[in-house]
Amino acid sequence: MTNFSFFSGRELTDEEIPTISDLHLFAARPGLSDLPHCHRCGNTSTFSSHPCARCGKRCTYCRNCIEMGKISSCTTLYRWTGPEPEHPEKAGTLHWSGILSTGQKTASDNVWRAIQNGSEHTIWAVAGAGKTEVLFEGIAAALSDGKRVCIAAPRADVVRELAPRLEKVFPDTSPAALYGGSPDRHIYSPLVISTTHQLFRFYEAFDVMIVDEVDAFPYTFDQSLQYAVQKARKPDSSLIYLTATPETSWQSEIQSGRRDATLIPARYHRKPLPVPNMVWCGNWKKSIVPASVLNWVKEKEKEKALIFYPHIDTMNKALPIFKNINPRIESVHAADPLRKEKVEAMRRGDVPILLTTTILERGVTFPGIDVAVVGSEDRVFTESALVQIAGRAGRSADCPTGNIVFFHYGKTGAMVRAIKQINEMNTLGQKRGLLDP
Amino acid sequence: MSQCLLCENDTAVQSWRGFFGAKAPVLCNICLNQFEKIDGPTCEVCSRPMDQKGICPDCAAWEKNIFISNQSLYHYNEAMKALIARFKYRGDYALAEMFAEDVRAMAKKAACDLVCAVPLPPSRLAERRFNQSEALIEMAGLPHTPLLARHESDKQSKKSRAERIEAEQTFYPIGNAAGKSILVIDDIYTTGATIRLVAEALGQAGAVSVKSITIARSGS
Repeated sequence: MTNFSFFSGRELTDEEIPTISDLHLFAARPGLSDLPHCHRCGNTSTFSSHPCARCGKRCTYCRNCIEMGKISSCTTLYRWTGPEPEHPEKAGTLHWSGILSTGQKTASDNVWRAIQNGSEHTIWAVAGAGKTEVLFEGIAAALSDGKRVCIAAPRADVVRELAPRLEKVFPDTSPAALYGGSPDRHIYSPLVISTTHQLFRFYEAFDVMIVDEVDAFPYTFDQSLQYAVQKARKPDSSLIYLTATPETSWQSEIQSGRRDATLIPARYHRKPLPVPNMVWCGNWKKSIVPASVLNWVKEKEKEKALIFYPHIDTMNKALPIFKNINPRIESVHAADPLRKEKVEAMRRGDVPILLTTTILERGVTFPGIDVAVVGSEDRVFTESALVQIAGRAGRSADCPTGNIVFFHYGKTGAMVRAIKQINEMNTLGQKRGLLDP
Repeated sequence: MSQCLLCENDTAVQSWRGFFGAKAPVLCNICLNQFEKIDGPTCEVCSRPMDQKGICPDCAAWEKNIFISNQSLYHYNEAMKALIARFKYRGDYALAEMFAEDVRAMAKKAACDLVCAVPLPPSRLAERRFNQSEALIEMAGLPHTPLLARHESDKQSKKSRAERIEAEQTFYPIGNAAGKSILVIDDIYTTGATIRLVAEALGQAGAVSVKSITIARSGS
């Protein structure tokens, strides 16, 4: 690795840094402080220790970020203190000819302003509003000013989906996509698209930090990922949050004006969001496929539908019953080795109905589908999960409607709030003239 | 509160048994259920799962040696593979705790004079920062007698089956085991080549018999 630009903004362990003679260009600090506190991931609670063959002492190590390489008492973290690499010429030239919707335009202006001012801003955009496009102008300006930009997302799928889109609009910059095992991991780029996990390896690197799906697992549950985002941005950087379904505390902060935010309540295609219906289906844990669900599937000879189940085991029991209706019906879950293939088959239309756990609640778009949730009262179906799930329907301009049913064995607050949120968005979209009559 | 070693679930003993000092389990049930203990009939020598008790063809083919038998705890399924990788290569020493009780009980049953680890070559030990075999012994609370050391060599796990069986001796004795029976504890039993080389080197140290306990039995 003769190209030092790679090290810019990164903080790496002694084992990740190859033997180099120019160590005076690096600042060093111990991997753990005495508390103990892991300097890479911020963990202060999950440690263990053992007699260490490397340093000869009993060494404490961090169990939280160990999958990224071990940080022990005898680990040193190094970071580059040399000059930052220059951006390629025309780095900030935007190659995009799309047109922003009225809602997107306001959001785009606000993102641009936050980036200019080094401040914080949240974009709350409904599923299908087109929140990625809202970033383009701001990123272009930042890159032109020589700023380094990061878009962080909690899941690798999202990073893999975003990277080619940004590559297309910023071809002179060639963004680096970072996730576990990614081919770009040894590359320097002024535009980085990364999982929040990979940010553990950065230190005060970015002038603009954008966090996508800020309400998604595991980001909201894992304090160390939030630590990683803070550590990776420069002290005087701007911070942009993107979400379709902010958690309740954020919603009230936004509504009371305590959190600076832009709301895009309508989809790009200017049709209202389809609103879910609630249907009582009895004890689905016993019936597995309640009669009302069977009827729903049969009645319209559903061409394309997603059916959500709360757990893998009930979904697996349900699959043979659905296969009796149509043998091409499939199921998918997080650990399914054929997950990608099945999603592709659904997209091609080879699979008419896909049973799924919450893994397909966000990020996937199938045009013209209907959506059912079986056992929607289960606690895995939070308000935001249900809004996201409902957001799968009516995505394409050709087919902006869709039938969404929450099949339940007792209404929950989450179900009621999810429907309320969708209705409020439609009302707001109407009021602001973002919907076609 | 006690936390599962592999996830964030609480494993505290909920009933009155906790009050009488029952220890919280190391793993929660969900994590524990991913691992399969070996319980059916196995080869009497190497613990390979078989249709009926007996001696498997591989063990029958090995030359006579002071190695008597191996006993393995778990099948080497995907979950166990991931666990051992995290333990050995990532270096998560704490994971050895989930085997401590079983290893202790099996060691007692094996009734050997001394317990010895499989040594690592010096460079690999420095890289990994601990020897997984010693970690298993320490966590089980057994006294460890270092009887062997090891020359630098290529990684065993990168070798093919044939290469392993033909493997050269890299272990050499550094202690005295005259007239003793030895128990060796290690992470995986694959072809049995390693343990037989270990037994040979222990024989040079004077040992009369060798048994082994391994966490997983990798099928081949």
